[in-house]
Amino acid sequence: MIRMALPLIVFIGLIGLLLAGLKTADQRQIIDSPLIGKPVPAFALPDLHRTEMLLSNADLQGRAFVLNVWGSWCPSCRVEHPLITRMGEEINIPLVGLNWKDERELALEWLDRFGDAWDFHIFDQAGGFGIDLGVYGAPETFLVDHTGTIRHKHIGPVTPDSYPDLIRRIREIETRTGS
Amino acid sequence: MQILIIMLAVLVSPFVLAQSAIEPREFHSEVQEKRYRALIGELRCTVCQNEALESSNAPLAADLRQQVYEMLMDGRADFEIREYMRERYGDFVLYDPPFAGHTMILYLGPPALLLIGLITGGIMIRQRRRMLHKRKPDT
Repeated sequence: MIRMALPLIVFIGLIGLLLAGLKTADQRQIIDSPLIGKPVPAFALPDLHRTEMLLSNADLQGRAFVLNVWGSWCPSCRVEHPLITRMGEEINIPLVGLNWKDERELALEWLDRFGDAWDFHIFDQAGGFGIDLGVYGAPETFLVDHTGTIRHKHIGPVTPDSYPDLIRRIREIETRTGS
Repeated sequence: MQILIIMLAVLVSPFVLAQSAIEPREFHSEVQEKRYRALIGELRCTVCQNEALESSNAPLAADLRQQVYEMLMDGRADFEIREYMRERYGDFVLYDPPFAGHTMILYLGPPALLLIGLITGGIMIRQRRRMLHKRKPDT
């Protein structure tokens, strides 16, 4: 009897395995960042609005912040834009934009058109800082605590589903800072 | 004859087009060029995840190829370049991930399954043989 049922059991097991695979297919696209728990890589890049101003890690020393990677060429950045705007209003730590592999004029135009909720933007035209951060597609959102350590990375657009979790994590970082 | 040439051109064109994804590079030596080819062949493009850097047309892949090239010209070793990518994008960028705790199932899984299969097969053959031996005196 068991012998007869064995192929069926194996078959059902296989179906279960494949179903589980299908369910997690989206998540498997996401590459876990090896940078979680590591300090933000060193950078020295111009401010998007005032290119004569050079921004570096020192400008964010001792402060927790959210780093949102975007580009005017990136359609998903427009999708998440309303939520990023909301985030900029709701959180108590700086929302920093990393304008990645973009043209300055196009980026400024994009901000004019859709709104600029960020505190300031780091202008990474060559894309080197993005590579150091392990960015592989905008948008990506990093949460950095007051010690300059990357605590969380959200890959892809912020969605109504993922927004509450991000806000919860930001609140955690905020309370740890005491700000 | 002309038709033949056109057909041949159509046949060959995908290869030519595929080649065009890679920028022309100058190397100091043939060895260096081989190392470059090998490296961009074994590093995954993180944007189009089923492609190596070598064949990807994604802008980020072009940037990463440039990075590999610059590091090679800078005299860095292959392992340093691999490590550079791994620090940023994790084991996932390596088509040949390292043997470690979390990759154990990847490396040991297939041999383990093969072993289980062989053992089960062996047991079944033995049982059959025993059954045949038992039956013989009856017939």
